[in-house]
Amino acid sequence: MKFDTPAGQNPIDRLRVVGCPTDRIDGKYKTTGTAAYAYERHDVADHQAYGYVLGATIPKGRVRAVDTAAAKAAAGVIAVVTTLDVPKLGLGTMNYASLFGGDRIQHYHQAVAVVVAETFEQARAASFLVRIDYAPEAGRFDLAAEAPHAPPAKADSGEGSGADGAERVGDFEGAFAQAPVQLDATYTTSDESHAMMEPHATIAAWDGDRLTLWTSNQMIAWAKGSIAKILGIPKQNVRVDSPYIGGGFGGKLFVRADAVLAALAAKAAGRPVKVALTRPLVANNTTHRPATIQRVRIGATRDGTITAIAHESVSGNVPGGVPETAVDQTKLLYAGANRLTALRLAELDLPEGNAMRAPGEAPGMLALEVAMDEMASMLGIDPVEFRIRNDTQVDPNQPDRPFSHRDLVGCLRLGAERFGWAARNPAPGQARDGQWLVGMGVAAGFRNNLVMKSAARVRLDAAGTVTVETDMTDIGTGSYTIIAQTAAEMMGVPLDRVVVRLGDSDHPAAAGSGGQWGANSATAGVYAACTKLREAVAQRLGINSADADFAGGEVRAGNLSVPLAQAAQAGELVAEDAMEYGDLAKRQQQSTFAGHFVEVGVDVDTAEVRVRRMLAVCAAGRILNPKSARSQVIGGMTMGVGAALMEKLSVDKKRGFFVNHDLAGYEVPVHADIPHQEVIFLDEVDPTSSPMKAKGVGELGLCGVGAAVANAITHATGIRVRDFPLTLDKLLAQMPDAA
Amino acid sequence: MAGASAPASLAALPGIARAVPGPGDDAPVTARVALTVNGVRREIDLDLRTSLLDAMREHLHLTGSKKGCDHGQCGACTMIVNGRRINGCLTLAVMHQGAEITTIEGLGQPDALHPLQAAFVTHDGYQCGYCTPGQICSGVAVLEEIRAGIPSHATGDLTRPPELSEAEIRERMSGNLCRCGAYSNIVEAMTDYAEQASGSRA
Repeated sequence: MKFDTPAGQNPIDRLRVVGCPTDRIDGKYKTTGTAAYAYERHDVADHQAYGYVLGATIPKGRVRAVDTAAAKAAAGVIAVVTTLDVPKLGLGTMNYASLFGGDRIQHYHQAVAVVVAETFEQARAASFLVRIDYAPEAGRFDLAAEAPHAPPAKADSGEGSGADGAERVGDFEGAFAQAPVQLDATYTTSDESHAMMEPHATIAAWDGDRLTLWTSNQMIAWAKGSIAKILGIPKQNVRVDSPYIGGGFGGKLFVRADAVLAALAAKAAGRPVKVALTRPLVANNTTHRPATIQRVRIGATRDGTITAIAHESVSGNVPGGVPETAVDQTKLLYAGANRLTALRLAELDLPEGNAMRAPGEAPGMLALEVAMDEMASMLGIDPVEFRIRNDTQVDPNQPDRPFSHRDLVGCLRLGAERFGWAARNPAPGQARDGQWLVGMGVAAGFRNNLVMKSAARVRLDAAGTVTVETDMTDIGTGSYTIIAQTAAEMMGVPLDRVVVRLGDSDHPAAAGSGGQWGANSATAGVYAACTKLREAVAQRLGINSADADFAGGEVRAGNLSVPLAQAAQAGELVAEDAMEYGDLAKRQQQSTFAGHFVEVGVDVDTAEVRVRRMLAVCAAGRILNPKSARSQVIGGMTMGVGAALMEKLSVDKKRGFFVNHDLAGYEVPVHADIPHQEVIFLDEVDPTSSPMKAKGVGELGLCGVGAAVANAITHATGIRVRDFPLTLDKLLAQMPDAA
Repeated sequence: MAGASAPASLAALPGIARAVPGPGDDAPVTARVALTVNGVRREIDLDLRTSLLDAMREHLHLTGSKKGCDHGQCGACTMIVNGRRINGCLTLAVMHQGAEITTIEGLGQPDALHPLQAAFVTHDGYQCGYCTPGQICSGVAVLEEIRAGIPSHATGDLTRPPELSEAEIRERMSGNLCRCGAYSNIVEAMTDYAEQASGSRA
């Protein structure tokens, strides 16, 4: 099905099932521990052996030799595969650092060997017996040192952030020089780790030349293609299965070393092998969100109209890698006649930087939305009003290109009202609650909506059960449930008549989970398949499909009313289709918006920051399931608190690696850090996105919230820190007199 | 110290066996370990190095307890041993001869959920689901700890029983990380369940 004109009235608009805050259909499995994740699938292959991965202990250089004799002789060991045993392997889709093979070490903890044994304990013990002789080389690990000579970069994160090296509208320099009020500030953000709770894990089994991977991956079709490319085997010989994924946040968009090593180890061992990355390997072996140095310049008239806006960012990556596209939102978020955005990329010999939840916008909004707060303060204008004053309803780079639907102003106004913004004293450092200096901060939330081709197969059996099969994944997003809701709505059956099967590459290829495109795109694919199934049902029943109403488990047309199941009495009906997109998204800019409001307390003596209240008001098209969508948003808000206050992979600039590579050293928000979180969705639809009229929310919740935290800290204390995360050591020396 | 005491303590354990020595004389030392898991007595021969978590996941195929870090930093492996919640990854199975262990599978099943499991579903107290069994096992034990009067860092007055407050719940649950960020909903699920439980007791 091709979607190339805005959606009219369709069966989804009935909203009998779609749009309801339904409990997740997979909830009873997740809460009882009966949902089986990759490493836990004892039933899929007999005699699974255990693989234990070794990571390089140098950041750059060569492996001269590997002595595996002692390891191979150790009890229970079945096989040892080292990086010297295989040639350098190809790269998967959108990956830039080698996962395995050959003698080159490109980054610390790059996989160098896998030890396979009968038990986990034996594999782990034998791994300590592997002796690796390295020839280390000097590397570049300091972004600040490399930044001054970093060349311009052109990049696309693959998730919609598509900033060119430099993009100009009007005359930024001239307009900025003439602006009566000018802000020129530099912000830094840190390297961050996805730190999903389930480490990357895979069980691999070969049947002749056919390979099956039971793994944990967000993008099944990419994974299938990538593993074939990496191993040099035909794509049709690969099956990937990933029905439950213990978090990804972009870290599992790609095939990683666990999958490659499980496949190689299973080949060497001659039996199925299961491999999980140990937690200490995750930060350096896999990908991370790269640190950035961002310069924002804003010029405005005294009445608060932006006349010039520039956002430049430099980040680092492995050679051949891409920059963090931190300037993208600045192209679209605010008006202003004269504009400049630019990216530069420094080569570093740290692990590969790649997509982490809201790549580009997550760090970019930290800079832009603090800069907006600083500018509002310089202008003496309320920061909510300053943003509203500079709203735009068109793409500022192409004024004849409107937003499909944009209600940032509505988000900010409703948020201000609900949060009690009017009671805020504009002067910083004035509110005190016992030991705490209290401040309120605001930031806009912004993330583009992307649409991706997505396919599904739908079956109707004689019992009236509707089964949806697609390789779409549910990484905690609620895909199982919203897909079931979509099929139930389309076929006119209750939710419990729908079975959803996800994550298997033998199913039709879906959009996958990334870039907050999954919900709208995958359900639109199910819509397309269900539309075809409705036609097949009508034909089987001898009804004109245009007249048929699917409701209450029946097909109705005129005076006729037939149970849906009857259409499958003569045999199961199967329909398969994909939703594909025309150029609507090019003609109109599809984006999602939020108003983020945060209240913090800052301890007058210790500068400890506690988040006291959080509210997000979101405008993101139709909300398919307000319960699971709310969870997506609060999850983003929580990650935003992490980015603002604690998350930082600390670089050892001498030895060249992320030092704090586990969950004790890399701090993420815990229960005690997060207050009750409020989320409000504006009631809206966007007919340009798909027949679902929905847009993404999975990343919107993160974009801007960290800046709201930072702005609240400034309001509480009067201190402005431009170096994220805002740990208390950066505040302490400047804290106002506690007396 | 370890060298001197290890043989004595090994000898004290019942059922220790050394498999046929391999070339490196590193054949695993095993022990027969008897545990009551979710009300069922189980006896298994385990490598002495096997964590309680791996005994559940790899030997009994009770994979509800999760391995998020394997060194006590994430709480995904939380299980209830002799009435107390512990990290199954931080303890060896052989140290728990005769223990009564409740894992997530023992609290409820998909068609017969424990009330806290049901509250997690109602309040969407999870997303990816990987930390969820640990959160729920921890949650059940936390509410018992509060009921038993065990104080926490968040307890204001140590001379009075701790309150069943959101601050107490958040403090006591902070060893259970949730990267999806379901904390706000988890606290609501626990509060809801605790109120139901105290209502039915009254």
